[in-house]
Amino acid sequence: MSTAKGLDLTLKVWRQKNQNDKGRMETYQVSDISPDSSFLEMMDILNEQLIEEGKEPVAFDHDCREGICGSCSMFINGRAHGPGKRVTTCQLHMRQFEDGDTIHIEPWRATAFPVIKDLVVDRSSFDRVMAAGGFISVNTSGNTQDANAIPVEKEDADNSFAAATCIGCGACVASCKNASAMLFVSAKVSQFALLPQGQVEAQDRVLNMVHQMDLEGFGNCTNTGACEAECPKGISLENIARMNREYLSAGITSEK
Amino acid sequence: MSVLDSRIPEGPLADKWTNHKNNIRLVNPANKRLIDVIVVGTGLAGGSASATLAELGYNVKAFCYQDSPRRAHSIAAQGGINAAKNYQGDGDSVYRLFYDTVKGGDYRSREANVYRLAEVSTNIIDQCVAQGVPFARDYGGLLDNRSFGGVQVSRTFYAKGQTGQQLLLGCYSAMSRQIGKGKIQMYNRHEFMDLVIVDGKARGIIARNLVTGEVERHSAHAVVIASGGYGNVFFLSTNAMGSNASAAWKVHKRGAFFANPCFTQIHPTCIPQHGDQQSKLTLMSESLRNDGRIWVPKKKEDAEAVRAGKLKPTNIKEEDRDYYLERRYPSFGNLVPRDVASRAAKERCDAGYGVGTNETGEAVFLDFASAIERYGREEANVRGIHNASDSEIKKLGEETVEKKYGNLFQMYELITGDNPYKTPMKIYPAVHYTMGGVWVDYNLMTTIPGCYAIGEANFSDHGANRLGASALMQGLADGYFVLPYTIGDYLADDIRTGAIPTDTPEFDEAEKAVKDRINTLINNKGSKSVDHFHKRLGKVMWNKVGMARNEQGLKEAIEEIRQIREEFWKEVNVPGSADELNQELEKALRVADFLELGELFARDALERNESCGGHFREEYQTEEGEAVRDDENYTFVSAWEYKGEPSEAVMRREALNYENIELKTRSYK
Repeated sequence: MSTAKGLDLTLKVWRQKNQNDKGRMETYQVSDISPDSSFLEMMDILNEQLIEEGKEPVAFDHDCREGICGSCSMFINGRAHGPGKRVTTCQLHMRQFEDGDTIHIEPWRATAFPVIKDLVVDRSSFDRVMAAGGFISVNTSGNTQDANAIPVEKEDADNSFAAATCIGCGACVASCKNASAMLFVSAKVSQFALLPQGQVEAQDRVLNMVHQMDLEGFGNCTNTGACEAECPKGISLENIARMNREYLSAGITSEK
Repeated sequence: MSVLDSRIPEGPLADKWTNHKNNIRLVNPANKRLIDVIVVGTGLAGGSASATLAELGYNVKAFCYQDSPRRAHSIAAQGGINAAKNYQGDGDSVYRLFYDTVKGGDYRSREANVYRLAEVSTNIIDQCVAQGVPFARDYGGLLDNRSFGGVQVSRTFYAKGQTGQQLLLGCYSAMSRQIGKGKIQMYNRHEFMDLVIVDGKARGIIARNLVTGEVERHSAHAVVIASGGYGNVFFLSTNAMGSNASAAWKVHKRGAFFANPCFTQIHPTCIPQHGDQQSKLTLMSESLRNDGRIWVPKKKEDAEAVRAGKLKPTNIKEEDRDYYLERRYPSFGNLVPRDVASRAAKERCDAGYGVGTNETGEAVFLDFASAIERYGREEANVRGIHNASDSEIKKLGEETVEKKYGNLFQMYELITGDNPYKTPMKIYPAVHYTMGGVWVDYNLMTTIPGCYAIGEANFSDHGANRLGASALMQGLADGYFVLPYTIGDYLADDIRTGAIPTDTPEFDEAEKAVKDRINTLINNKGSKSVDHFHKRLGKVMWNKVGMARNEQGLKEAIEEIRQIREEFWKEVNVPGSADELNQELEKALRVADFLELGELFARDALERNESCGGHFREEYQTEEGEAVRDDENYTFVSAWEYKGEPSEAVMRREALNYENIELKTRSYK
């Protein structure tokens, strides 16, 4: 928590009024940004400045600012969530930048994520993939069996948890040259595939989710690994391998 | 008591909920298909309620302002969820969870509600595991537990530091299943604007599509408010940036009483504010107090040297450290409840022992060195290393701590640039949760028939202070297990009503009022931004209505908030137009409500002439600085009725009757 001198920066920001607008980069200057500020606090300062100048502030998605809700979604200097590993835009701090830097800020770019305005994109395609099968069909009764009735091997529980930490931000899609959503979908498929509770519908789940993923216009996986490298939660490529196994075996054995 | 009937069922405490469920009316499955329910908010309470109501057969319309229901702020809850499972065999029971919660709340909550909460807590864990929530497990494959503040058992279930995320994703999965079936119609990026009342009953809402700006009418047979708390009235808090009080405040203005607005939780372990450019504060989970020890230097000169950056905490000798929580509260130590821990930190910082190198100088240490050593020795023994060196022990200990709290340590380092494995964390209290909220009866219905409030949006279970890991429990209890039963009793009257039309004068009036408000803001063209006013409000709230309050400060606060509000309506500048995505307009509408709520909040604090839980009035304390409750005069819920302006609101009282628990001075010594 230093109180070093602030940073003066040049920002090149994507501005796009709405889905039909063509959009363009615009240049702004901000000065005396505390290195202890987060990237989004820097954006707040830019917006205050724009409002003061009678201009429209930059629209961007953000909410929890703790790296967990998955709202924030900026493509910074050519990387999803900017420099650094395992970090969301909201947890990126200005000490990562140097005084005098020029920073390029763009929205996620993918057919399945159309731009709504400026840096805000529509990720409802993820919701639709979830609605196609991202669940275990158990009603809320309170009369399920006792939580400790089925022991789950610690390693399986841990791996299931690791897959379940996906925040659904879409950085994987934005980083992928094919705009593939395989990492996102496979994380959910894996979470349930690794647990005994998820076995019953495992085949339907993977077939339905993959089908919906294709309908939404996401690209295919060509094993580049950019998604894993840029994922703020470190979701592993192994999940994609697991999903492929699940998908293949479901395709062979499913009666549907 | 005609206006404030809490509808607590008759009978012994332990039988009330069962008896109530047996006696309330049901709606048969065929008729449920004829009934619509609106749920506002998709956090743990709203998400679980939406999913369960849809599973039961009701037609649910769910609303959230985020781009997906999965992003609601329950997702950020870190530490865990309580349940009286007694898997550890350490003496836990439904009664103990009930007792701890009532005591933790400083005897200002309703016995019957809290008992029910403790009772259904065990179902929550069963349900979540069935849904595929990956809780932490031990090597035998069974569920693991940890401890939280204010209790002496281990009853907290967790998924590393992401318990809220895993539980919310469980709800989101359950919702997704119903969305896929068409039983839930999901309205993402929609904001609640007002409640519509027809013939005295809640019959719909006005919502704004945040992408197109369109103001829409939605009707239903009942409306459930699950929009969370109002901590952002302080501007800086651990709430999400978009968390707001508007839905709760709007139903209050339509006739729902607002209860205990001054009961706010200031969480002791947050990352300190770095300066004026800050927009939001970040919590460090209470679970860290299982292993972290809180201290400040014993000598003022050491504290000064730390603040000036001339002395490293690791160079301060053991005997020169003041582990003030262990000193003041030997039996609970670092695991005292949140209100107690927060005030103790403030007391040390005010006395000049703060160690913040930030602009305020306010911070205390949260130190893991002794935990690292303890775990390191344990692990060395397990591995049969008998003469391990200090550095080996440290390394092994750091590995164990990493497994337990890795993501929290990583988050701390990202934000502060300090490595908490090597140097103690610096923490300071921050606004985190609001115990107050919309007044509800035992059925979770507000004083408006057909309008319900669940989760943090209501007031009912946590009294004047919430215990750690109980918010998740309450949200899911309300949404999965309480509301779906109690709402049927009300909806049983509506099986022949048919769809509620939206082309009625009531909808016309509500929609017009919303549009007028939006246009006023857009056309105001003032000279100051929304944040300018929000920050000013936050400063008044923090300085005069925060961790310590007194009569004079509260009176000043009421006056100042009123002035800021007047200035807001004259001077606010909202750029852009109303018919597009306009985030400044969204903020302006929310801040306008905070500016009203803040005043009622301060009034409530002024009226409550006692110290209890998170409400600390400087006039009412012991010589050692402990809170002094006044049970004779203040064992009640203050429920405020809206009368036009916050200054004209009228306070009603719901007396709290303790039949099963004896009121005692809360002691953690």
